Amino acid sequence: MALSKNHHSYWQSLPLSLVLLGFLVFPIGVMLVVSFWDYNEYSLLPDFIFDNYEFLLTSNVTLKAYLQTLKYAFLTWLFTFGIGFTLAYFLAFHVRTQKMQTVLFLLCTVPFFTSNIIRMISWIPLLGRNGLVNSALQTGGFIDQPVDWLLYSDFAIILAYVHLYTMFMVVPIFNSMMRIDPNLVEAALDAGAAPWQIMKDIILPLSKSGIMVGSIFVFTLVMGDFITVKIMGGGIKANVATLIYNEISLLQYPAAAAGAIVLLITVLMMLMILFRLVDVRKEL
Amino acid sequence: MNKRPLSFYFLAAFFGIFILFLYGPNITIAILSFQGADGGLTFPMRGVSLHWFAQLLERQAVGDFASALVRSLVLGAMVMVCTVIFSLLAGLAFRKRFAGSSVIFYLTLASLILPSILVSLGIGLMFDRLGLTPEWFSSGFGAHLTWTLPFGLLIMFAVFNRFNPSYEMASADLGATSWQTFQFILLPLLAPSLTGIGLFGFTLSYDEFARTLMTSGSLNTLPLELFAMTTNVTSPVLYALGSVTTLVSFGVILITLILVKQLSPSSKK
Repeated sequence: MALSKNHHSYWQSLPLSLVLLGFLVFPIGVMLVVSFWDYNEYSLLPDFIFDNYEFLLTSNVTLKAYLQTLKYAFLTWLFTFGIGFTLAYFLAFHVRTQKMQTVLFLLCTVPFFTSNIIRMISWIPLLGRNGLVNSALQTGGFIDQPVDWLLYSDFAIILAYVHLYTMFMVVPIFNSMMRIDPNLVEAALDAGAAPWQIMKDIILPLSKSGIMVGSIFVFTLVMGDFITVKIMGGGIKANVATLIYNEISLLQYPAAAAGAIVLLITVLMMLMILFRLVDVRKEL
Repeated sequence: MNKRPLSFYFLAAFFGIFILFLYGPNITIAILSFQGADGGLTFPMRGVSLHWFAQLLERQAVGDFASALVRSLVLGAMVMVCTVIFSLLAGLAFRKRFAGSSVIFYLTLASLILPSILVSLGIGLMFDRLGLTPEWFSSGFGAHLTWTLPFGLLIMFAVFNRFNPSYEMASADLGATSWQTFQFILLPLLAPSLTGIGLFGFTLSYDEFARTLMTSGSLNTLPLELFAMTTNVTSPVLYALGSVTTLVSFGVILITLILVKQLSPSSKK
């Protein structure tokens, strides 16, 4: 019986495995190979050169882009964590009925059915030079000239990230908070713990896994993103992924591939650190 | 019911502000898409009209919105069906340990976590090197599956973790074949989750931009069309398109939910 069931597992996992092999493993292999190739304006030239990497790793532009990317990733993480943790805490410990929790959750997920690009361009009428925020500030007499840094700036990029990704923090943190036994909190209260002690010694440590999963999501999404930076940065800001995107647009595929491989290694290294801190498989 | 602490009201207010933050921009462009014919991208509105929606129906200088919409809907439907079937099968497979299961699991996680542009570039290059022409229904389709299947599988994991196997055992004890057990016990019990996976798959595909970038071939899907418009178009027609795509995606979700309700056994009392 057990044996026959195990046979089933192989064909049952076959479609998934084939998709992953054909559209993930193999393409990344091709990309790795191409990253060592040469190219001219018209075509790719099979070769084995390190020029793409050499140019990439010695260029100031790359360094700046990586610093910029890390800055975005860190700031976005900071804000999404702060906001996400607070929201998850509210939903898990202050909302009493499960029905109400579901309703509030659905309310938060509805905007996700709208495309990211639309959600980004939605900021333009709010933040632009003649946008709502500027007109409100001017009418209120707070400023004389419209403020320029609201749109097409680091501020706009981080704002869009927080807008897009906070829910990726809320969901896993909420999940791990729901597993905390309320009796623990009760017992701590009875033993005379102050609210901040409960937060620091019970809730934070016990929601660690959720925080990690959320952080992995936010980090990797920001590291690989180029659309947000392109749209909200107005084309003047660059991160690692926009460099790759620009090379793709110029058909410099080997250079783009080398950039992609370096980005891949960076992301994998960061993930390895995060995975050491939490066992993802246990969290499902 | 005991009295709520003060912190509740602070947190509730915080939640309210967050909701406003979440919806504010969307509401703004929904309103602005009704901008009058000579109005611009920002407030104040110069009249109210359907002018920009009408503009959508005409062939744009930038591209062909209607066929892009159709392509995105067809692709979304294809991805939805495959995501449901493949995730269900893989979910069943993972209930037992089998050789290579952890390799597949980590590959699935990698597929979810790796930046989309890497996947897009890789698949684009692979098609190029194999001498195949990338098309939205071949390379684009595969690229979308690398994004939707991990979500599907993770949902299946969550479902099977809370699944009570005694129903299946009871069915087997009563002499049902494994196919009958699957058909009459497992499938109806899993139906709501499978619907969720399908909807997830559809919306993820319908909105996917980065993975489509290098894999769609010469014909645009809707997000690509939208992206092209953000760099070229400076009229409220962009907002009109935004409103329409949002409406379509809600429409699809609503129709699916209604269909499920119609088909589910509990409503046939």
